[in-house]
Amino acid sequence: MSAPRPYTLIAELTYRCPLRCPYCSNPTDLAAHDGELGTDEWTCVLGEAEALGVVQVHFTGGEPLARKDLEALVTRARELELYSNLVTSGVPLTKQRLAGLVERGLDHVQVSVQSARPDRADAIAGYAAHPQKIQVMRWVTELGLPLTMNVVLHRANLDEIDELVALAEDVGASRLELANTQYVAWALSNRDALLPTRAQLEAAGERAAKHKARLQGRMDVLFVKPDYFGTTPKACMDGWARRFIHMVPDGRVLPCHAATSITPLRFDSVKDRALADIWTSSEALLAYRGEAWMPEPCKSCERRTIDFGGCRCQAFALTGDASATDPACQLAPQHALVEAARSREPGERRYLYRGR
Amino acid sequence: MARELSFIPKLAKKARLRFDRHSGSHMIVYPERGLALNGSAAEIARRCDGTRTLGAIVDELAREAGAGADERAIVETDVVAFVELLAQRGLLEP
Repeated sequence: MSAPRPYTLIAELTYRCPLRCPYCSNPTDLAAHDGELGTDEWTCVLGEAEALGVVQVHFTGGEPLARKDLEALVTRARELELYSNLVTSGVPLTKQRLAGLVERGLDHVQVSVQSARPDRADAIAGYAAHPQKIQVMRWVTELGLPLTMNVVLHRANLDEIDELVALAEDVGASRLELANTQYVAWALSNRDALLPTRAQLEAAGERAAKHKARLQGRMDVLFVKPDYFGTTPKACMDGWARRFIHMVPDGRVLPCHAATSITPLRFDSVKDRALADIWTSSEALLAYRGEAWMPEPCKSCERRTIDFGGCRCQAFALTGDASATDPACQLAPQHALVEAARSREPGERRYLYRGR
Repeated sequence: MARELSFIPKLAKKARLRFDRHSGSHMIVYPERGLALNGSAAEIARRCDGTRTLGAIVDELAREAGAGADERAIVETDVVAFVELLAQRGLLEP
């Protein structure tokens, strides 16, 4: 099988971050991930990714602003005509630095807020960042750049849809992502404190749909449901190693941010092999690419080309077998695991925070 | 509702029209997404720059294609439909 064309490079430049969100997508064994790629290595990777077909790059982390060479990487992305997106908490950032990034060709900024209410937001993030985030979002629109405001939804903020939409309108966002928590990495550790009730979720979904209709053509409002409350699994990453190249700070190439949690897999690094070579023939990327790995009921399921069997990381985290059908699917032999989690009485809201 | 021919379309600032050397055609890249364009769609998108009305875009494309009156109607249908698609995807300035 020839390798599919990747369109997007997700470049996790660092795992360093001042925030400590309890649903962070970074690995839970942060300390074991050391040694960030240098500027030259990332510059080279951008070129290799473009040659493979990539047209978009997300600079993310951790907090990508922690890298002093972000400017150089944005410059390189522009030279390669890559559409560059900075995914940031906005901490720490000055308007001057942001203006410099815009001048070098940055195309888009995504800022996540934890809540529309400052006290809640800071309690969730484990850091007093909310006022700065609001400020940064205003700078983005003042500098003429399109802004996505992202909110990870869970039990403690699902009742805020109206306020969150109002905030996004106020700061001039062109896109609002209301994304329910996906229960991998830190979010799985904090699952009982984060999972909403079905009633809460449905009410939020209805509010979001109303705003989406009202704002059509002015602001894209996306409401991403949590797969725990669906009947079919999410089309995770549009399929394993299919459209996205996900690179972690130390240079390893993953299909998604969480894949190092699948401990039997060994991911190759651009420190050892060319990106094109990894993309086409890395064992870990071939492991679940396409359909050959699928068990029943996936193998004969008519949705296999729509949801690609769901999330491998979730399958591994819940069942210990990364090739199991995603337990979020109602047809999965182990769907009871998800049913049990979502019908549990709400746990006490006490987060396990990541270290910095 | 069909758009008036006096409407002046302009690509949203989040959308970048670019040539894709891998497919040999143009695409519009925007946050988290891309839209592959065929040749005529690219010709329309290129003209959505905030200086031309829909009517003017139809005139230009019909003239370049050497279209007669019947064919001009087809060009108009194509232009209006494609611009509507861009609007629905939030790819035009409001």
